[in-house]
Amino acid sequence: MSVLAILEQREGQWNQASFETLAAAQQLGAELGRAARVAVAGRGVGTLAAELGGYSLERVYSVDHELLAEYTPDGYSLALRQLIAAVDPWLVLFPHTYQTRDFGPKLATALGTAMISDVIAHRLDGGELTLVRQLFQGKINADIRLSGNGPHLASLQAGAYRATSARRGQAPVETVTVELGAGQIRTRPQKPFRESGRVVDLTSAERIVAVGRGIKEAENLALVRKLAEALGAELAASRPICDNGWLPMDRQVGSSGQTVAPKLYVAVGISGAIQHLVGMKGSKTIVAINRDPEAPVFEVADYGIVGDLFQVVPALVEELQKPGQALSGQP
Amino acid sequence: MKIIVCIKQVPARDSLLRIDPAASWIQEAGLNYEINEPDTYALEEGLRLKEKHGGETVVLSAGPARAGQAIREALAKGADRAIHVECDNLNALSPLEAGKLMAGAIAPESPDLVLTGLQSDDAGYGQTGVILAELLGLPHATLAIEIEAREGALRVKRELEGGWFQYVEMPLPALATVQSGINRPRYATLMGIKRAKNKEVRHVPAVPAPGAPGFQVTRVYLPERGKQTQLLDGNPREAAARLVEKLRFEARVL
Repeated sequence: MSVLAILEQREGQWNQASFETLAAAQQLGAELGRAARVAVAGRGVGTLAAELGGYSLERVYSVDHELLAEYTPDGYSLALRQLIAAVDPWLVLFPHTYQTRDFGPKLATALGTAMISDVIAHRLDGGELTLVRQLFQGKINADIRLSGNGPHLASLQAGAYRATSARRGQAPVETVTVELGAGQIRTRPQKPFRESGRVVDLTSAERIVAVGRGIKEAENLALVRKLAEALGAELAASRPICDNGWLPMDRQVGSSGQTVAPKLYVAVGISGAIQHLVGMKGSKTIVAINRDPEAPVFEVADYGIVGDLFQVVPALVEELQKPGQALSGQP
Repeated sequence: MKIIVCIKQVPARDSLLRIDPAASWIQEAGLNYEINEPDTYALEEGLRLKEKHGGETVVLSAGPARAGQAIREALAKGADRAIHVECDNLNALSPLEAGKLMAGAIAPESPDLVLTGLQSDDAGYGQTGVILAELLGLPHATLAIEIEAREGALRVKRELEGGWFQYVEMPLPALATVQSGINRPRYATLMGIKRAKNKEVRHVPAVPAPGAPGFQVTRVYLPERGKQTQLLDGNPREAAARLVEKLRFEARVL
């Protein structure tokens, strides 16, 4: 019984998290002494499947069907159920993407099991597999022991496994035929689109000051604006600030906003829910200012000040504006 | 239109969390609780849809007796009645087991629309809505940031990743999980709080479904720090001065 990774593509383009999942399947397969296999589903995915044939895998499955041209939870769930019945894997891995979140739990339920979502690591204890996932927005971890024959389903958090560690090699590609009827697909998706003109491109900013719930009131944003100005930085925010309409959505950093990697990222009053961290943890230098010493943001911060941002931020602005503290090269 | 909104009661956002002695969950004693924030958006959406189309909004919560407080708050905000699935060990259940308890209480209501939040801020599986859809045989859409009901159909604007969106249509009855930011949730009014006292709360005892969950949470614990954060001490002025020095001369980012 194998470890099977279900990879994600849209209109012939890979979701890059797919290769993290492929690498995880190789790694888990090797450690558990099980075959690593991968599958890709869609319409006309032969080229993508052939690309997967260039990796060290026991087998690649190509699940091709006219009705999988557009992603629908009904179509994917029905098709993958048939794939899983045919392959009979012990563990099925998915990237923890919005698409997986949309069909994964449905597929798992149809298989009579529950998906272990958003896994960040694994461990082998005496040959038994333990998966680790986070509770309370990353403040607490939980170990999960798999029991029974499976199939077990798990989705992997972005960045938990390294795509670059995926081993090249050669794998046979097998086409799997699935039965789908148009009447079984109840949702009618329209073509994905982007809102007209994203105004702010945070990805090119050298320095970013990002603000979170700790700011408490919209009126207090002036405080962090001053800090951003003093640092020559772009102002950004975690999702709740944009949800409240305090800053426009295009200033949001995180899984539902922009992914940034500036030279300097200053997180002010951001606790560091994983949805935010995935969008900024690649920054070169990370500063966190938060009154909670246990805030997960300190997990990724290089420098931290545990304290009241309403005192720390003005002090920081003052310090930056002292004569002789002029910035080298404003962005 | 009959709308069921599922809400969960979770520890208040700024709670100081401690692990219980058995390392199976957090210590619950002494914590304050609130409606899971993502669910407040689902509730608001359910109330707005009812105000637009008529019908009723029924709020459903699974949890121990204390969840009654979250239910009363939802009723005070305008839900017409409530279903409390009484379950003392909700957090020990897998998402599927919890989903089965809830689906069992929802099915006899035959709702036109079921709404849930995107995920809970405690266990955070992010699965309940989609599991319910499968168990109830309903089409679904997740990450809704716009919901429109018309002539037996539901049109949902979904948020995809990286700034992409998509419209999806499906026949009613259906289920949608609601993304935060879809609306501005209302506060309960004094009148609402008064009215809530006379609203019906149906209590449903939880009947555990047979079948093995397939996995078990064996231990919960505080994560170990992977990265060494240099914490800058002192009063705000001193800490700020130290930070600026570090950024200039150590990290060299200023």
